Amino acid sequence: MRHILSILVENEAGALSRVAGLFSARGYNIETLTVAPTEDATLSRMTIVTTGSDEVVEQITKQLNKLVDVVKVVDLSEGRHIERELMLVKVRAAGKDREEVKRMADIFRGRIVDVSEKSYTIELTGTTEKLDAFLEALDRATILETVRTGVCGVGRGEWVLKV
Amino acid sequence: MELRLPPVAETAPQLTGAEIAIRCLEEEGVEFIFGYPGGAVLFIYDALFKQKKIKHILVRHEQGALHAADGYARATGRPGVALVTSGPGVTNAVTGIATAYMDSIPLVVLTGQVPTRAIGEDAFQECDTVGITRPTVKHNFLVKDVTRLAETIKKAFHIATTGRPGPVVVDIPKDVSNQTAPYHYPEKIALRSYNPVTKGHGGQIKKALTLLLDAKRPMVYVGGGAILGNAAPEVTELVHLLGFPVTNTLMGLGSYPATDKQFVGMLGMHGTVEANMAMQNSDVLLAVGARFDDRVIGNPAHFAAGNPTRKIIHIDVDPSSISKRVRVDVPIVGGVKEVLTDLIAQVRATAQRPDPAALAAWWSQIATWRAKDCLKYDRAAAIIKPQFVIEKLYEVTKGDAYVTSDVGQHQMWAAQFYKFEKPRRWINSGGLGTMGVGLPYAMGVKLAYPDADVACVTGEASIQMCIQELSTCKQYHLPVKIVNLNNRYMGMVRQWQEFFHGNRYAESYMDALPDFVKLAEAYGHVGMRIEKPADVEPALREAFAMKDRLVFMDFITDQTENVFPMVPGGKGMSEMILSEEL
Repeated sequence: MRHILSILVENEAGALSRVAGLFSARGYNIETLTVAPTEDATLSRMTIVTTGSDEVVEQITKQLNKLVDVVKVVDLSEGRHIERELMLVKVRAAGKDREEVKRMADIFRGRIVDVSEKSYTIELTGTTEKLDAFLEALDRATILETVRTGVCGVGRGEWVLKV
Repeated sequence: MELRLPPVAETAPQLTGAEIAIRCLEEEGVEFIFGYPGGAVLFIYDALFKQKKIKHILVRHEQGALHAADGYARATGRPGVALVTSGPGVTNAVTGIATAYMDSIPLVVLTGQVPTRAIGEDAFQECDTVGITRPTVKHNFLVKDVTRLAETIKKAFHIATTGRPGPVVVDIPKDVSNQTAPYHYPEKIALRSYNPVTKGHGGQIKKALTLLLDAKRPMVYVGGGAILGNAAPEVTELVHLLGFPVTNTLMGLGSYPATDKQFVGMLGMHGTVEANMAMQNSDVLLAVGARFDDRVIGNPAHFAAGNPTRKIIHIDVDPSSISKRVRVDVPIVGGVKEVLTDLIAQVRATAQRPDPAALAAWWSQIATWRAKDCLKYDRAAAIIKPQFVIEKLYEVTKGDAYVTSDVGQHQMWAAQFYKFEKPRRWINSGGLGTMGVGLPYAMGVKLAYPDADVACVTGEASIQMCIQELSTCKQYHLPVKIVNLNNRYMGMVRQWQEFFHGNRYAESYMDALPDFVKLAEAYGHVGMRIEKPADVEPALREAFAMKDRLVFMDFITDQTENVFPMVPGGKGMSEMILSEEL
């Protein structure tokens, strides 16, 4: 099962390595990991996408909570939530491909953010699934480079994750 | 414009980082600091030199410093403190830190670091202390600002000693120890991200009570958490109140008096038949401060499948210990002392008691397992049996010594044959299984309790891993008694090679052993070599009568003796090998 963990950590040096070290030391999976400061400068928010059985994810949550720098852990996938990931894709856009790539970007509501004679760079935001679908839809041979941020997410409705 | 200083600066004395560190330790009531000087900690040693309250114990290797601080903490319940220099000082200390971490022992470890401007430049004796120690500590800090030092040390003691205890490292760069700041030691510290639960959930305790009172084949399984949480009196009271059988893990020995009739012995890989069979066949299992680890229940699938209707109640201060290897029906997160106190109150508040007929039937079942007499050995042997030495040690010390051990067969025999009546008397490395801990553990214990008998049960392989501490024992006059069960083999390695590797004793024979008698004498101690069973007791009596001397007793024991019962790795806990089966 895929889980999205949202973690509030003290904005201290080494907090990221404590979390990452925990996953490698105990053999847990990290599919994506994002981290950035929040509106409260003393806190950073991390989003980790992991996979594992319910027992494993329960252990991950408990082990994360045990870290002294971790303030709060929530499994977003337990409730209704929104998840987004940002991707930049540089594609070959020359000759007959140029129009096709533009059309495909429009269908996926992507934006072309950089243009050169033979390439487009497309910015696309959405769920991991949508980003995967876009890459599937492109002709493999046209993809020059991709970079993805990893997932960030937030719970739906008025519920908020805070200290 | 008027310059306004914060009030603390007006009244607080200006101290150097080194002086602040030492003052903080004084505030915490630290008696002993175990350490070894070096370049990065010279200012701290200078501050130590100028004070009288804290006694520094100079070890011969940083590993010894950590183990001695650890042994002190295990015996007293107070945090152990160690001080080592940067680089190799830290890497030598890592084994000791990891040993304490695996057994949840509170330590505060001050480490020197290269000056802040040199960090990351591959400076002389630099290592990434926070990075290297991170997976083996409860928490660690690098203090880059001297104004944060006092507060950080306060946090270190708070984190080390509360919740599930553990070691905390405070890394202090050399320039920070020489800069000055106003000294103010905070009385209390609040950490929003660290608030261990102490009181158990009332509803869960109620559920536990119902299960316990309805139990037909109950079992109480008590681990090191009961010792760490000072809950031995509560364990004993509850077990007496309910009339249930009770077992202790290796780390829990002493949390329940071993001579009591309700005690069925230690459980686990080398546990008794009665303890392991009662665990496996119980219908309600109360686990207290234990973690169902691989050396205790063996294969968790076998443990679950062999008895799918068994209900498990688990009390632990660490939520991550619950349902980690074994699914638990009633988890209770909280301090074991607090939870047991509440549980005892609830038992006392009800007139209901467990079904006496069912309990009697269960006890008679246990009696049949006990009748196997699984710890029997050849008492008439012409050669010294290691078990016999431990039995005599128990008699000679009247069961009231502090017993430290190293790791291996001798450790298991000490655990099986020395009947611990009180908590904190049995000092050993259970989790990490660190050979070499025994002698420095004994040093830490002897410093804490100078009038008590302190025995270090060891083997000729383990003792050589920290043998250099015999010199420390001489310097600080620590007359511990070393009981060396010398079988010329790494006994436990040899045993596994005999059972599982076709008697191919690869590199487990200890060739070219020193003459331990002469070695002890060279360090300024007394050495004895004992070769006959009849000489065992007189030698022990003579050694323990020498109150002011360290005595190294080198017992030449049976090379082929094995530890029984034994649950082979990966097997279920009821699948024991007994001595007569070979």
